[in-house]
Amino acid sequence: MTTEALPNTDPSAESAALQQARENNRAALDVTVDKTVGQPFVENPKISTRHVHVFYGDKPAIKDISLDIGRNQVLAMIGPSGCGKSTFLRCLNRMNDTIPTCRVEGDFRLDGEDIYAPGQDPVLLRSRVGMVFQKPNPFPKSIYDNVAYGVRLHGLAKNRAELDEIVEKSLRRAGLFDEVKDDLHKPGTGLSGGQQQRLCIARTIAIDPEVILMDEPTSALDPIATALIEELMIELSENYTIAIVTHSMQQAARVSNRTAYFHMGKLVEVNDTDRIFTTPQHPLTENYITGRFG
Amino acid sequence: MKNHQEKIRNSLKKRHARERRFRLYGLLSVSVSILFLLLLLTDIVSKGLPAFTETRIKLDITLDPQQLGLGDHPDRDALFHANYSRLITETLKKMFPDAKTRKQRRDLKQLVSKSAAYDLRDAVLANPSLLGTTQSFWFLAKDDVDQYMKGRIDRTLPESQRRLKDYQLAWIDRLLAENRLEKRFNKTFFTASDSREPEQAGIRGAFVGSVLTLLVTLALSFPIGVLAAIYLEEFAPQNNRWVDLIEVNINNLAAVPSIVFGLLGLAVFIGFFGVPRSAPLAGGLVLTLMTLPTIIITSRAVIKAVPQSIREAALALGASKTQVAFGHVLPLALPGILTGTIIGMAQALGETAPLLLIGMVAFVADVPHGIFDPSTALPVQIFLWADSPERAFVERTSAAIIVLLTFLIAMNGLAVFMRKKYEKKW
Repeated sequence: MTTEALPNTDPSAESAALQQARENNRAALDVTVDKTVGQPFVENPKISTRHVHVFYGDKPAIKDISLDIGRNQVLAMIGPSGCGKSTFLRCLNRMNDTIPTCRVEGDFRLDGEDIYAPGQDPVLLRSRVGMVFQKPNPFPKSIYDNVAYGVRLHGLAKNRAELDEIVEKSLRRAGLFDEVKDDLHKPGTGLSGGQQQRLCIARTIAIDPEVILMDEPTSALDPIATALIEELMIELSENYTIAIVTHSMQQAARVSNRTAYFHMGKLVEVNDTDRIFTTPQHPLTENYITGRFG
Repeated sequence: MKNHQEKIRNSLKKRHARERRFRLYGLLSVSVSILFLLLLLTDIVSKGLPAFTETRIKLDITLDPQQLGLGDHPDRDALFHANYSRLITETLKKMFPDAKTRKQRRDLKQLVSKSAAYDLRDAVLANPSLLGTTQSFWFLAKDDVDQYMKGRIDRTLPESQRRLKDYQLAWIDRLLAENRLEKRFNKTFFTASDSREPEQAGIRGAFVGSVLTLLVTLALSFPIGVLAAIYLEEFAPQNNRWVDLIEVNINNLAAVPSIVFGLLGLAVFIGFFGVPRSAPLAGGLVLTLMTLPTIIITSRAVIKAVPQSIREAALALGASKTQVAFGHVLPLALPGILTGTIIGMAQALGETAPLLLIGMVAFVADVPHGIFDPSTALPVQIFLWADSPERAFVERTSAAIIVLLTFLIAMNGLAVFMRKKYEKKW
């Protein structure tokens, strides 16, 4: 009586469709990555990285990645969860320094300058390389103070009028000013998710960095808010170099100039976005973008 | 599948019954604790409330300079040293000529408190023109009279078992009939310090001592505790053996019996550093040791609860670690830290054992004027009075407990208020 009610656990009785799916998945993943294919390097890069290894304790998270990010370009990093794309992104402004077990090896250069050099101050680096996080994280302060925070921190405004101007300009560029211009002194945490994320972008561009890193900036947002942020990214790429981690291949296709595909801590393939999505060279990339796994 | 549904339905009955049972147990345990609390409170309040009234006796005193042994133009010094207590005794003798024997006369004197002579002196010093006139004074009654007035002495008992003899009761009856006895609000209790005479004893000295001790404790333990917590949470290397050792030790310190801290204070602060004995400074130092672990542990928990995303947001904008800690983490953690601090302070307020060891148990009849003056504290005062045999001290003990509890409730109320007011949402 009871066994009848339970789902069938006998492997021999598995349906043909399920068996086929398992076989496909195994085949899709059963490819070794020896060398990055495509074009990881560009002329006159904004950021260049060579032979990057990252470890969490003894566990390697990134294995020998070399990749350039072009000037005023958008680089999208895609790949299945846990492939190391966020870890790589956080190396670029040394946010991984805050994780005690994390160890970073390799050569990172911003405009040819070694960002892990002993004399390099991470505080200065982070004012040049800004970051937007997956979950909108405005400070529990007013909208105005959120944007003004970095400006005040680095003493970029001479007086109140100049600060007001920077705040307004940043909010305008983030496409948020018209929505919040009457509520500048209300808490930033009271905004909607999409508005909060644009506030975080405004906060980042207020100190005028050279590079903006975005770690899945739209994964917590609805499609309309996502569309707004994507427009913003394209606009910003005129003046900034942008690196974005995303789970959405459509997003990568829409906003990026180049796309890098990560797999199990390795960089599988890098190329112009059009070429990655139309003629992927590596079977793993092909399997991923055609939705065979991931 | 039908079978499963039936099984779930059957087990549901059992589960609901279990839930009902659990709720009942919970209600029961809450009721028991409330019952005990009520018992304690009614006991203390019923014993302590009478202490907030005192009995006064009206005497008409003729301020005869001759009887006071004063010349025609007495100077201030002579006025100060005049024999006022004889004047009071003589007045009483005149009022009650039936007191014949030596013992009766002594008992007659015992109707009014010894403070009466000082009150009289102060009145004369303030206004020397009173000399030669007859004035009515409301003097503080002796504790036995006071207790009788509050119904604590049973007249029906045989004379040998009473604190007041028959002839004393007769005097009191006469005073009552002449409207010379009155119960008033006990201001003495709040304005005086400890005294051997229960009717003159008050909590002012102990209260001021407690406040001074707590101020020392707060001034030391709050900055040290908060800075230690911030360092351990935000700056200290994680998974470091030394940091782990410090953490274990802090947790251990929180559990060390307070009397051990008292011994340590005696040996180190008083013995080695020469901090004055019985002083609020010594008490504050010892209580700081006791309060620090509480503050550090609660502050660390609150700091840990500040979302990592806030730290990352600030770091990514180029804030340094110190700027993150003091500009973002501390403001967000402050309501919780304040709550922890106030709870630690409340613990320190009620702490008695370590204070006994550093000499704050001494009989101190003065209100301390600073942290170096000898002093007692509220809980120690309670301990001292609870040890005294006089009935009047029993009610003062309970009254002091009421004052201490009120102080505690006010502090805890403040903690709740601060948390509600400054709590930020993110």
